[in-house]
Amino acid sequence: MAIGNLPNAADIIGTGVPRIDGSLKTSGTARYALDHDLPRLVHAVAVQSTIGHGRIRSLDATKAEKMPGVLLVLHHGNMSDAYRLVSEQSAGRTNEARPPFADDKIAYWGQFIAAVVAETLEQANAAADAIAITYDADDPDVEYDLSNFDGPRPSSWLRGDPDKALAEAPVVVDETYSTPVETHNPMEMHGTVADWDGENLTLYESSQGVVNHRNVMAAVLGIPRENVRVISRFIGSGFGGKLFPWPQSTIAAAASIKLQRPVKMSVDRRMMFSNVGHRPHTQQRIRLGANKDGKLTAIRHDFFSQTSINDDFVEHCGEQTPFLYSCPNLVVTTGMVRRNVGAPAPMRGPGAVPGLFALESAMDELAIKLNMDPVELRLMNDSERDEGTNKPFSSRHLKECYTTGAEKIGWKKRTPEVGSMRRDGKVIGWGVAGASWAAARVPCTASVELCQNGRVCVRCATQDIGTGTYTIFAQVAHAETGVPLDRIDVFLGDTGLPEGPTSGGSMVTSAILPAATDASKTAVKRMLQIAATTPGSPFHGAKAEHLELTAGLIRTTSQSPVQGVALEKGEFTPTRETMQGIPFAEILRIADLSGVSATGRTHPSFEDENARKYSLHSYGCHFAEVEWEPEMARLRVSRIFSVFDCGRIINTKAGTNQILGAAVMGVGMALFEQTHYEPQRGQPINGNFADYLVTTCADLPDLNVTFLDYPDLIVNEYGARGIGEIGMAGVAPAITSAVYHATGVRVRSLPIRIEDLLQSKVLSA
Amino acid sequence: MQTFGYVKPTGVDKAIGQSAGNFIAGGTTLVDLMKLSVEQPKTLVDINLLPLDKIEKLPNGGLRIGALVRNSDLAWNADVKKDYAVLSEALLSGASPQLRNMATTGGNLMQRTRCMYFREPSAGMPGGYACNKRTPGSGCAAMDGFNRIHAVLGTSEHCIATHPSDMCVAMAVLEATIHVQGPNGKRTIAFEDFHKLPGDTPNIENALEPGELITFVDLPKPVAGAKSTYLKLRDRASYEFALSSAAIVLRVEGGHIRYVRVALGGVATKPWRSHEAEKALLGKRADLETFRKAAEAAMAEAKPRKDNAFKVELAKRCITHALTLATA
Ligand SMILES: Cc1cc2nc3c(=O)[nH]c(=O)nc-3n(C[C@H](O)[C@H](O)[C@H](O)COP(=O)(O)OP(=O)(O)OC[C@H]3O[C@@H](n4cnc5c(N)ncnc54)[C@H](O)[C@@H]3O)c2cc1C
Ligand code: SF4
Repeated sequence: MAIGNLPNAADIIGTGVPRIDGSLKTSGTARYALDHDLPRLVHAVAVQSTIGHGRIRSLDATKAEKMPGVLLVLHHGNMSDAYRLVSEQSAGRTNEARPPFADDKIAYWGQFIAAVVAETLEQANAAADAIAITYDADDPDVEYDLSNFDGPRPSSWLRGDPDKALAEAPVVVDETYSTPVETHNPMEMHGTVADWDGENLTLYESSQGVVNHRNVMAAVLGIPRENVRVISRFIGSGFGGKLFPWPQSTIAAAASIKLQRPVKMSVDRRMMFSNVGHRPHTQQRIRLGANKDGKLTAIRHDFFSQTSINDDFVEHCGEQTPFLYSCPNLVVTTGMVRRNVGAPAPMRGPGAVPGLFALESAMDELAIKLNMDPVELRLMNDSERDEGTNKPFSSRHLKECYTTGAEKIGWKKRTPEVGSMRRDGKVIGWGVAGASWAAARVPCTASVELCQNGRVCVRCATQDIGTGTYTIFAQVAHAETGVPLDRIDVFLGDTGLPEGPTSGGSMVTSAILPAATDASKTAVKRMLQIAATTPGSPFHGAKAEHLELTAGLIRTTSQSPVQGVALEKGEFTPTRETMQGIPFAEILRIADLSGVSATGRTHPSFEDENARKYSLHSYGCHFAEVEWEPEMARLRVSRIFSVFDCGRIINTKAGTNQILGAAVMGVGMALFEQTHYEPQRGQPINGNFADYLVTTCADLPDLNVTFLDYPDLIVNEYGARGIGEIGMAGVAPAITSAVYHATGVRVRSLPIRIEDLLQSKVLSA
Repeated sequence: MQTFGYVKPTGVDKAIGQSAGNFIAGGTTLVDLMKLSVEQPKTLVDINLLPLDKIEKLPNGGLRIGALVRNSDLAWNADVKKDYAVLSEALLSGASPQLRNMATTGGNLMQRTRCMYFREPSAGMPGGYACNKRTPGSGCAAMDGFNRIHAVLGTSEHCIATHPSDMCVAMAVLEATIHVQGPNGKRTIAFEDFHKLPGDTPNIENALEPGELITFVDLPKPVAGAKSTYLKLRDRASYEFALSSAAIVLRVEGGHIRYVRVALGGVATKPWRSHEAEKALLGKRADLETFRKAAEAAMAEAKPRKDNAFKVELAKRCITHALTLATA
């Protein structure tokens, strides 16, 4: 839709507004972190460990230090002034608490053990190769099976007596599901340009949270927070991998401080697989107990989540388990298992995505055991209330998601027997699974300024990670001021702006809406006040509440006293001019003001008495269709219907795009993605795009997205919840269930591989 | 990182004169491997100006393909599409359009294995993974490592690396002839003799002598009345090397197979002409049972390792289905 054809004012909320930053990206003029080639810039290149566990016996940089252009070699022998960060005790979170080069220990393959800084990238690369390292190597532990773990396994969400209920249940499913390490692969890789001017540090980053990044780097470097500025204007996506800082930021900053020059350090694609996070491997045992009629009586969700040696990261697989279904007896237990791998990090839908793979797969297996339709089983066990927290749902329409999706795919025609459905010489299979993700309103500050040049400026230190945040801000500013989108400037991704939220947890949209609305409304109010009180203003003497700002023009409303009515002396009288409207910029000129601005705040839902009474979550489901050609063991996903209940959708274009992208990632999770840790050294051996398979365009099924669009007014005045992550939940179990339907092979360990499918007894279409 | 020289001769004689160097054609294999320090040429001899970029009909009814003909141009050439469809299909199943636009016929013949250990910068070096292909005698890390993509046919105890090319599998069934020119003059090599089994010298991959340049590939006259197919199986739909592929050329008369050539990709250490399958097919009825027997015969000698055992069954299905498609 061209901008000119968009609905006006408040109607712009809920339509498909194209990205206001789109042309900057398509024309290559958007500057990303590593595009900041500052004067006197030098280049840092990391040296990585080639063992997966052990110690550095010796590190000899003498040759490298003498090579052309080399300015500095940092390693554990000379790195100082980088401090540990204890996330719980500082207003910031990091992935690796250990500062880079802190000691001679190697905890995972690829760990940064030195960095060379040189005048050119080539010189730095050459010198990095010239550093001689010897190790005392131990065997890395990258054992895939996590069940031989004997550490603590705390339980949570316990209700009733799940073990007794399982023992008594007439029908039980008891299976173990696992998901592999998946690596974040945003188009733009991590990288930092650090610029120290002797007192202030500016970091150009690809960060999902500039405020957090600043807080962390101030603490890690021991610099006052006021002297650190983090800038991330454009981000080539993050998927959670860019929520918190990684070591390259510390290394670049430390080098810049030492050298008093700007330093650029990039993380290449190969390093993306070892050094900057991944979705951890999980292994989850699910036990479901049910009555013969399908009513759930018990759920036990016991999971292991793999983490690194130095950092505690848990993939909370059991987060959705307590409230997705109604069930009187339930428990979740967690085991955090250490391996010689890099630090994990949140990845799109952390916890929910692997957790629901297990739970929803088990539900499908239960339906088969019960000889029941899997949609029927879910509808029957749907819960009216969050039984985990014992709170009512703010707004839950999961049943309608299922019935809508079933309608779309034509579920009535499904025959449940394995391999029973055919089309065009192929066996087809249909599967379904549900999704859920938490909603909340996190704190946010934003400012809106009506400027002397007739433009509106919106400012907030949150960031647009590619999801459309710039556009959402502009929509709100437009809705409140009527100023056309092409005269609204949105500034994000800079800690110099009013403090905004990290782009994580799908919580940005619901957080920014109240702050942006509040700021806009206040700025408009102030503007009208100025119009009414400034001598020489055509509105001088009017009551501000009798004025309005629409389409960027201040005008008298119908409530204003009208011409011809007997007026008291000196009382304001509307004129033709004031009724038609006068640009606000004109009034600012008369008032001799550069602009009028206001700051708005979002009060978090966790401090809101009312919101705290409710369970806030989004819901949805996917119906997947696969095609199976047994003659050549070829499986393709052919269609996915996604139906989502995510509150009101503010921008249908950006919203749909999120679900589509998530479904595509879900296909990758189901069929392709796995980071393989090589057994001898613990190296992610397939760390490149030829060997780590992601979904290609040729793999894309027909995708169809429906939003139910019920506003959730407990979350904010627009009724919008987040949509970034939920779309990925449920895709993999819908596909594995469809695969079972087509082939009779139940894949409990992702990804689905040809190896698994060759076991199918469905041998011809 | 290594510095290297660069020359760009215009004549074949000049190019082969530079025998110490490494030829660079499309660069899609070589530049990758240089970045990974697997290849460290002292001088790059850019052969892109040599007059070897034509496809010509031969008087004997065959086709002459210049070593510099791009994979895309070859795949879309009208004569190739009509008379050697198996080659066109094989080429188009490989890599991506961008890569095929760069990749050349000569470079494709010479592309190296995707063994992940071989491609590690320090493989074969002290402190790196063992790799006999990189450094003979250093061992083979893939043997007991992650070997899902590795070969089950033509392996040795020294190396199990798969030959990754699709084009070569088609050229094997087409019985191409490779023309080379080197310091000692011109010669031809039968396709089947060009790629070498690893044996105990996995570092020697082909029959080229130092400094020899591939100039042309000749295809014989198309087999009258034959049908063909190229079937490639892999995890995803595009942009992935074969886990198993099969090229078939055959002629059926009166329900019986009168001519047949079978070659396999993705499962062997070189483009794998399966004489065993051909023997099981020739003269037999063209039916599913025969195809299955041929597939069994082709894979009878397979030696799977830990992660690649599935390739044996996959290759059987690939052969059987390719034969079904070719006779349909
Ligand atoms: C990501 C990726 C995916 C790929 N996927 C596939 C796939 O699915 N299927 C497939 O078959 N291939 C695939 N390829 C490989 C691709 O086909 C080869 O890289 C390409 O054919 C090599 O041709 P080139 O001209 O670029 O060779 P170059 O890189 O220029 O050269 C390769 C080697 O051949 C030598 N050489 C080149 N020309 C001559 C000559 N005339 N005489 C003697 N020696 C010569 C060079 O010295 C060098 O050693 C893929 C490659 C990449 C990078
Ligand atoms: S399979 Fe061959 S190429 Fe791979 S590591 Fe072993 S010897 Fe090297």
